[in-house]
Amino acid sequence: MSTATIYLEGLSLLGPGMNDWAEAAPRLLGQQPFQAEEVRLAAPAILPATERRRAGTAVKLSMAVGLAAVEDAGAEAAQLPNVFSSTGGDCENCHSLLEVLASSERMVSPTRFHNSVHNAPAGYWGIATQCTEASTSLCAYDATFGAGLLETVTQAHSAGKPCLLISFDTAYPEPLHALRPIPYPLGVGMVLSPVRTAASKAALRLSFSQEAPTTMDDAQLEALRQSIPSARCLPLLRLLASGQPGRVVIDYLDDCRLAIELTA
Amino acid sequence: MQALRLSAYTLTSALGAGLASHLDALRRQRGGIVRKRWETVEFDVCVGEVAGLDEVALRQDLAPYDCRNNRLAQLGLEQDGFIPRVRQAVQRYGASRVGVFLGSSTSGILSSEVAYRQRDPQSGALPPEHRYRETHNAYSVADFVRSFFGLAGPAAVVSTACSSSAKVFGTAQRMIEAGLIDAAIVGGVDTLCLTTIYGFSSLQLVSSNPCRPFDGERDGISVGEGAAFALLERAEQPQDGDILLTGVGESSDAYHMSSPHPEGLGAKAAMAQALQQAGLAPGDIDYINLHGTATPSNDAAEGAAVLALFGNATPCSSTKGHTGHTLGAAGGIEALICALALDNGVMPGGVGTQQLDSRLQCNYLLTTVERPLRHVLNNSFGFGGSNCSLVFTRVGA
Repeated sequence: MSTATIYLEGLSLLGPGMNDWAEAAPRLLGQQPFQAEEVRLAAPAILPATERRRAGTAVKLSMAVGLAAVEDAGAEAAQLPNVFSSTGGDCENCHSLLEVLASSERMVSPTRFHNSVHNAPAGYWGIATQCTEASTSLCAYDATFGAGLLETVTQAHSAGKPCLLISFDTAYPEPLHALRPIPYPLGVGMVLSPVRTAASKAALRLSFSQEAPTTMDDAQLEALRQSIPSARCLPLLRLLASGQPGRVVIDYLDDCRLAIELTA
Repeated sequence: MQALRLSAYTLTSALGAGLASHLDALRRQRGGIVRKRWETVEFDVCVGEVAGLDEVALRQDLAPYDCRNNRLAQLGLEQDGFIPRVRQAVQRYGASRVGVFLGSSTSGILSSEVAYRQRDPQSGALPPEHRYRETHNAYSVADFVRSFFGLAGPAAVVSTACSSSAKVFGTAQRMIEAGLIDAAIVGGVDTLCLTTIYGFSSLQLVSSNPCRPFDGERDGISVGEGAAFALLERAEQPQDGDILLTGVGESSDAYHMSSPHPEGLGAKAAMAQALQQAGLAPGDIDYINLHGTATPSNDAAEGAAVLALFGNATPCSSTKGHTGHTLGAAGGIEALICALALDNGVMPGGVGTQQLDSRLQCNYLLTTVERPLRHVLNNSFGFGGSNCSLVFTRVGA
């Protein structure tokens, strides 16, 4: 059983040593050496000034990959129902809140609290882009990318219009870092359409599989794939970078992986 | 939209464990909110607490998942014969054809709140027995339920604050419509924790008394906890008395992180979309279970949206005066209160509300009315401007 065909209209990637898709593609293909470097994130200009000043890694990262994917698709952000998928959301904010709650004063900042909801980046996205379409925010631990992709594909078919996927993860500081050692923030954005358009780059069909996942040849990229849930998509992105048709299996749940067939 | 059948459902909240105590509470307008010192909170707080969670022992093979949230999940699953109904569905369809989509706002973060108080004074490390993945991570409750039934299909937690466990009905509906699965366990589980009690207090959104939805003197929420579970399947040959999910509407306010659009534009869009998917007109709806959190701005925005779409005749009420605001579980709990209302012909009168706000022109029920119902609508709206409305329909007369 596979999904109806879905068409990729826009794509973006932002992570260590890969500041955008143009920089990432040759590294995924092994044409240029990959070196993980600290991720540089700018505060998004489209946020109102107050929110821009307070924006943390999660908001900056999710907004950057979302805007890049929308631009790549030649779409309008306000028109796209969207899916935000992340294992921990804003991990720095979560840590700060836990520290305050463990202190004797427990002076919780109202801003920190409303930023602690898992859908805070989606809320800021709506405010910044004026998108009033359906928006959901998911978590599936290590299966977070696959969960987001499935939600976006089924949403696009159900709504009969293109939808935006923003899958992103941020890193916890210690002490939670020891229990959830995500090394770098990384995000990927995709605009997926239920029908082929002039912007369609590739056609995808998804099905559940119990095959082993496709791995990355480069040891550092493979380490990223295994340590950052949103990077579980890297084998798919490498296939997309190649411009060739093909098939990959990406990690989702341990007993339920996603086989993706890609045609032009 | 392809309708789905609720082939089994169950509720656990401050009103009790299982449907019978909920139906009794709705009929008698009994609330479950109490004033107490909860955990290490330094002030009295009115909460809708589920009784007996400290005594719940998780099934032995699932011991690593032990935390308040998963204890509540297990207690909830054990009510109303829900477990055998799921096992029958798994036998019928196969373990890989049953999905798990649950809503939660804070999952088991209480475990990390406690663990942060027990950090090693030298290294700062958390206690070695702390299990982040199985307790704190947002996915932990879906992981627990999926493991509980030995399932191998798709799963996720939707975490969109107070609309979370309404939106899972949409996720499951789309997944089933796409043919990827045949059935889904949906619902929500959220438990009391310091994050929400101190957090909502910091925003001055917590009432010092049990909450009073749509009251002229309302002054905030009462935080509650609860678990709601439903089994959804295709409704190929609906029988008289079946409860169907017939409409799902979702929208975003794109307005503010913690305040609703003042005219309730996002709420109105979600309700209109749910009606459109169900193929119904506003006049077809017999009862609306309001989000009705009892904060001044939330109820004002929702009242304006309901008035704009339905006029002032459709009976409506909030059941947050009964259960407290169960946050990520609220959408699921109130969706299943709608199912209970349809099954039993009960429109619950509000609890806690004394004098209706004269500025909110809607037919808010102050006493329970018993009469057969056909179509009901449930509203759930959350922080970040996340809105979801669901329509449920009872088949036959």
